[in-house]
Amino acid sequence: MPSYVILEKCDGCKGQDKTACMYICPNDLMVLDKEKMKAWNRAPEMCWECYNCVKICPQQAIDVRGYADFVPMGASVVPLRGSEDIMWTVKFRSGQVKRFKFPIRTTAEGSAVPDGGYGEVTTDLASQCLYNEPAALKLDALPTVKK
Amino acid sequence: MANFETVEVTTDILICGGGMAACGAAVEASYWANKNGLKVTLVDKAAMDRSGAVAMGLSAINQYVDINSGNNTCEDYVRYVRNDLMGITREDLVYDIARHVDSTVHLFEKWGLPIWLDEEGKYVHEGRWQLMINGESYKVIVAEAAKNALTQRGGEYFERVFITNPLMDGDRIAGAVGFSTREEKFYVFKAKAVLAAMGGAVHVFKPRSAGEGLGRAWYPPWNSGSSLAFTLLAGAEQTCQEVRFIPVRFKDAYGPVGAWFLLFKSRATNAFGGEYMVERTDELKKWGSYGSVKPIPANLRNWLGMLDEFEGKGPIFMRTEEAIQKIADQYKDDPKAYKKKMKELEAEAWEDFLDMTISQAILWAGTNVEPEVKPSEIAAAEPYFIGSHSGASGAWVSGPKDLAPPEYFWGYEYMSTVKGLFCAGDASGASSHKFSSGSHAEGRAAGKSMVRFVLDNNTQPNVDAAKVEELKKEILKPLDIFAEFGPKSSDPDINPEFIKPKMFMFRLQKIMDEYAGGVTAGFKTNKPKLDRALELLTWLKEDSAKLAAENLHELMRCHENVQRLWQAEAHVRTILFREETRWPGYYFRSDFPSLDEENWKCFVNLTYKDGNWEMKKVPVISIVD
Repeated sequence: MPSYVILEKCDGCKGQDKTACMYICPNDLMVLDKEKMKAWNRAPEMCWECYNCVKICPQQAIDVRGYADFVPMGASVVPLRGSEDIMWTVKFRSGQVKRFKFPIRTTAEGSAVPDGGYGEVTTDLASQCLYNEPAALKLDALPTVKK
Repeated sequence: MANFETVEVTTDILICGGGMAACGAAVEASYWANKNGLKVTLVDKAAMDRSGAVAMGLSAINQYVDINSGNNTCEDYVRYVRNDLMGITREDLVYDIARHVDSTVHLFEKWGLPIWLDEEGKYVHEGRWQLMINGESYKVIVAEAAKNALTQRGGEYFERVFITNPLMDGDRIAGAVGFSTREEKFYVFKAKAVLAAMGGAVHVFKPRSAGEGLGRAWYPPWNSGSSLAFTLLAGAEQTCQEVRFIPVRFKDAYGPVGAWFLLFKSRATNAFGGEYMVERTDELKKWGSYGSVKPIPANLRNWLGMLDEFEGKGPIFMRTEEAIQKIADQYKDDPKAYKKKMKELEAEAWEDFLDMTISQAILWAGTNVEPEVKPSEIAAAEPYFIGSHSGASGAWVSGPKDLAPPEYFWGYEYMSTVKGLFCAGDASGASSHKFSSGSHAEGRAAGKSMVRFVLDNNTQPNVDAAKVEELKKEILKPLDIFAEFGPKSSDPDINPEFIKPKMFMFRLQKIMDEYAGGVTAGFKTNKPKLDRALELLTWLKEDSAKLAAENLHELMRCHENVQRLWQAEAHVRTILFREETRWPGYYFRSDFPSLDEENWKCFVNLTYKDGNWEMKKVPVISIVD
């Protein structure tokens, strides 16, 4: 059903204006029921299973159940995303379990410097070079064709 | 009328969209704008951290030219793209993106994207142009740099504001309007230059899965044709609107096949073990010089597999077990190294899915797939509009001064035929194979070009207040319709006075699927079918005035589906105009079943002005031999 909310774990992000899942869902699917203080996926059939709500939920209250119209029941794929890597637990229908860990970034969160440290290399607006080129290309000059 | 507050935002440069191209534009435009006292504003319908086509992540960067190594040149890349698109490509644009893309990738690495390195510290290539990455946070990292660029240089960004229409001042763009999907606010952005970078289109054609799996399109379901509708309604000339893209992927969940084909060297075979890429080589000869190039164009590879399917020789299998066995054979004398290699391969194969198509991991787990034991099915997906991949649909834009022939140059690279309206990513056409990295590079180049345009045309265009009021009324109308008629029926979705966006979308998908060469039509169509599609689309367009929305979310869905309708009509009119079959693995004109180089080796461009569609042929001009 794509993503669904585990009612026991969801705390509605403690009554804040918006929940983490509402904030992140690229397809505007997650909504908060303010009376029950529980989030829910309002259109599971429009869910891409991108897992962004699952990854961002501070309570780990969101899971994904594979699309019922083509996935046999019983499997689960659960991420645990940290600041440097992500752990995946893949449970098969047969009960077999596989675990994987992959890096997700090499720098501290928030630290991306727009010019990448290459600095202002080209300051002429008429040039075809972008502002940190050609240095960021690791070339002496921007390629062009001979006309 | 629904009582929405009107919020006005005046800026110099407006970036519509928040995906890869928009983020690239934000980084580059912010620098030049700040230096020249200009302001940049970005507006995204979702949250930038996870918006656009890269929202889930990616397991590879598909465009890295690697010029510095001396192994490849921009000319090589142009030849590759030209062949893949059966000769129809804007070489100046492809060249320009190719010459900037390496610096984009180097920036990604500096920002924190983990790119696989070999023992010598060099990037690991999946194929000639592709790099392997640990890309779970690809978009988060790229968005972070864009947001930092905007906020550190006096710009700003809006999230959860959905753009519907362009604002015009005569023949010049003057801004954009839309609404918040979170609060009852109508937004009016006034700008001197506008970038359309709002993605391609999905769910124009009926997807193979129509139950819960409806959302599991290969390209994301939130890409609703916003770029096409926005630029078309502004009067911008469009190109290659017939060049849809159909990816062949693991069946149903649409997991990536690139690593299996390129990295693990897997074969694809039919139900009887036949290899269509070998058995059908004669078929390739029917497709001119494009049938004999390497790599074989994506649409021709599709076509050979489709022929097997049409003859009842499916399923088509990715022979994962055979590929793994071949690799294992290389280590047969060293069991320890073999074990290590197998573990590595297993992690690589699963990461390929987990980084970008988690559904495929669920499907493999749900069907107990062990790729070393048995093969997995692959299939052609439904058609999508994605000019950044092996499709080519998008707006007709100016090339760069030093590369473009005079016919393709009108002052500012990436500016459409509308003054001040720029396009990048899936919004700009005939510059295929830019993927995520090239879209970002193109966005950067467009960002700089926009600043140049604004400095040369530094006046705030006039915005007609009456026109804005008219647009506001029209855009919010689905809420009014529901408020008026909704209470009269026992069912909020069933009412003779209106149509809800979901059924509107299904109606569109059924027309496109059956008449314009969708999955159930075997991707085939002809003139009578296309004429019938146009007739049915006309009624659907009339009924779009009766769309109804219960809330802001549905209001967005209403407008998304109107955008899909514009994409559908542009597509049908273009495939109708082109009287040949050029990309048989994307669509097949049964009434014109062959390639016609003499009459149709040209672009087909179209415009929509004052209610009229104009179609024309435009010559293909080569800049690379």
